Amino acid sequence: MSLETMSVFSPQLSARFDALTAKYPVKRSALVPMLLYAQDEVGYLSDAVIGEVAARIGITELDVRNVASYYSMLRFKPAGKFNVQVCTNISCMLRGGYEIFESFREELGIGHKGVTADGVFSLEEVECIGACSWAPAIQVNYDFHDELKPELVAGIVAGYKGKAEAKPEAEDLHA
Amino acid sequence: MPRLVSHPDEVKIVTRRFGMGAAQIDRYVELGGYSSARKCIEQGSEWIINEMKASNLRGRGGAGFPTGLKWSFVPKQSVKPKYVLVNGDESEPGTCKDHLIFLHDPHSIIEGTIIAGLAIGAKMGFIYLRGEYRYLLEIMEKAVADAYAKGFLGKGIFGSEFDFEIITQTGAGAYEVGEESALMESVEGKRGVPRIKPPFPAVVGLYGGPTVINNAETIATVPHVIEMGAAAYAAVGSERNGGTRLFGVSGHVERPGVYELPMGYNLKKIVYEVAGGVWKGRGLKAVIPGGSSTPVLLPEEIDIGMDFDQVGKAGSMLGSAGVVVIDDQTCMVEFALRTISFYQHESCGWCIPCREGTDWLKKSLTRFHAGFGTAKDIDNIKYLAENMMGRTFCPLGDAAAMPILGFVKKFRKEFEEHLNGNPCPHAKHVDLAVV
Repeated sequence: MSLETMSVFSPQLSARFDALTAKYPVKRSALVPMLLYAQDEVGYLSDAVIGEVAARIGITELDVRNVASYYSMLRFKPAGKFNVQVCTNISCMLRGGYEIFESFREELGIGHKGVTADGVFSLEEVECIGACSWAPAIQVNYDFHDELKPELVAGIVAGYKGKAEAKPEAEDLHA
Repeated sequence: MPRLVSHPDEVKIVTRRFGMGAAQIDRYVELGGYSSARKCIEQGSEWIINEMKASNLRGRGGAGFPTGLKWSFVPKQSVKPKYVLVNGDESEPGTCKDHLIFLHDPHSIIEGTIIAGLAIGAKMGFIYLRGEYRYLLEIMEKAVADAYAKGFLGKGIFGSEFDFEIITQTGAGAYEVGEESALMESVEGKRGVPRIKPPFPAVVGLYGGPTVINNAETIATVPHVIEMGAAAYAAVGSERNGGTRLFGVSGHVERPGVYELPMGYNLKKIVYEVAGGVWKGRGLKAVIPGGSSTPVLLPEEIDIGMDFDQVGKAGSMLGSAGVVVIDDQTCMVEFALRTISFYQHESCGWCIPCREGTDWLKKSLTRFHAGFGTAKDIDNIKYLAENMMGRTFCPLGDAAAMPILGFVKKFRKEFEEHLNGNPCPHAKHVDLAVV
């Protein structure tokens, strides 16, 4: 199988994977980063993604799935273009993390692990994201928003909605 | 952007370049950066390890193991390559100090990694960041690329005969990977389950080679120790606890933030003076001194010095120095439930006492908090937690059990208030507290 012609990844990501697998003492060390970068581009770990990652590293698909299922950021189903992750762990909980989660739930009309009908947003209650002293905090994809208040939620949602409308085909949404 | 805070009692060593643009390599060099690495190349391995031992620097990840001693365990001769592995998986609830180091001073981590490599005779280092820290990984990657461009990394670093490579790596969401053997598994592209010890990583580590694993804060501290001199660094802290600590204060305080204070600084002062006291004029109910896994302290127990030994004597642990302050309107049963929910979510399932223990504790506490508990449940929760302690490969089992034991012991009365179908007197999140 020729990876160049069959690849589910963009040429840029393919090149990145080549560089990744080359730099480690052992090729397999690239596995976890590759899965996350693949997910950033494709949206989730589809069968095709798993198949290609397995082929590139030279391990079985089962082995890839076994590793992928361990890591909480990796998913096997699509999320929204903007995945809203609300921390409700202790430091955030003490300063209103659950109220923030509630506000997003109302604003987006979806619950934990839900995806909006237009596919723009998904919502997740997550564990500590390392922003405890600036709680309550959330991440939208990889962007942090900290020191939140429920009244700021509508503005955050509107901001990302605007981005989605401005660049509906943009590949850069997960950056 | 995380807000930086300041207090007159701070001793800014690790944080001294924060907010000064030191993520740019030229600025870092201008502020004295990379001079410690050059000095270490001249002085050699034995001198470095002796300096680290004399500095009384202890592991900032939580265990507090003396860094110099850890480095000295690595065998001089090894058939397999040796490695330095920097643990930036920072995932202990209440902890966000490494976040700021990666953001403001990434080169201090590179420089510390080089020095660790020189000390143990490694030619390669890994800097591992939790997957959620993508923007920090990008800052780190740029810093590494800049260091290569300057000849500070690669072949013949700083014009010497030493070679040193650094690989930055992202995780993908796993608290457990913060445990050193699970971290190595993750770097090797596997599930992050722990390895049995011995052999310890200093002898058989990454790819089977001798490996030193240090927390990101520890590594970032190393160049400062060299720059100040071990004796001057040790003098800042308390007995057997050299230097400063980045205390991440969170929860119900007026001024949460990450404060760099000398080891041994009084916890009561951290809560009431440095962080401005309990918010909204409320009273203090409890303090978690070092991240969610460390046993809770009561208000009358916080007049203690914050170093590994003094907090240990007080029946808790300094841990990651994530100080979580809890006001008098908080339900401790709910707090216990949220804590165990986290550990249940993060338990990798490799060791049965942890997998089953966290699950049953979460079930019991959920039922209990909802008002369906019985008096027997309180002892049962204690019994479950006690039977997890010391019975797992890695410390996650202990990390889950210890705080629960603390809550039951110190807040038994609050547990009893939830009996007989009484609704929780404080709670708002009963139906939500399940991740």
